[in-house]
Amino acid sequence: MANSERVKVRIPAKAKKGEIIEIKTQLSHDMESGQRKDADGKPIARRIITRFTCSWNGEPVISADWHQAVSANPFSSFFAVASASGKIKLTWWGEAGEVHEYTHDIVVE
Amino acid sequence: MVIPEFSRRRVLATGALGAVAALLPPTVPAMADEADDLAHRLMGPFVAKEGKVHLKIKEVAESGANEPVGVVVDSPMTPADHVRAIHILAEGNPSPVVASWYLTPRSGRAEVNFRMRLAKSQVVRAYAVTSDGSVWVARQDVKVAIGGCGG
Repeated sequence: MANSERVKVRIPAKAKKGEIIEIKTQLSHDMESGQRKDADGKPIARRIITRFTCSWNGEPVISADWHQAVSANPFSSFFAVASASGKIKLTWWGEAGEVHEYTHDIVVE
Repeated sequence: MVIPEFSRRRVLATGALGAVAALLPPTVPAMADEADDLAHRLMGPFVAKEGKVHLKIKEVAESGANEPVGVVVDSPMTPADHVRAIHILAEGNPSPVVASWYLTPRSGRAEVNFRMRLAKSQVVRAYAVTSDGSVWVARQDVKVAIGGCGG
């Protein structure tokens, strides 16, 4: 799957082996909580991202379960140990089946 | 929208939580009790210790819609000694469990940052579960001028 246009990241292109790098990500998504009402007073259906994962060359780095109280356009930052050159893969799953992916190439020296 | 249960909870937020909660009928769980139940549903039986967990969130949130929150845990993050999970609960939100993060030694540092919604002024909790199974907690009062869950 191609990198989602909804995803913005700030991740270094290079790192030293063993270095701890910061991974900053943001997904453009309204995270509709299900608590709001439209102009006619009808509830707006809930539509949120419930699962996020980050892997490095297929090995899990971090994952998360998200609920309604995670803000719209969910931003997150966390850390990873630079192990080997390859791919950092970020994936967001919506509870209704939507999937957003982003793969970042990194060189580890 | 204000439902009666919530206005009662709001009163609780300002008082001595435990003492007032004991006076409520059991059909209306107080905020702290509900958060306790949810925490046990996430982590099973535990007695949380204070310390190790640092919860970074402003004491006064300008808007409850998009409040930065960070959790840092003192941990070497080695295979033998690392943080397995960080859970963030907002006692006064309609649904108090905000997020659960699952870390690994490959995370390198026990820190997560994101942004959360706060329905009203309340206590936010951050729990950390370490690889030896112990549970640590930090709590912070947050005052919210404009709540962030409704429309």
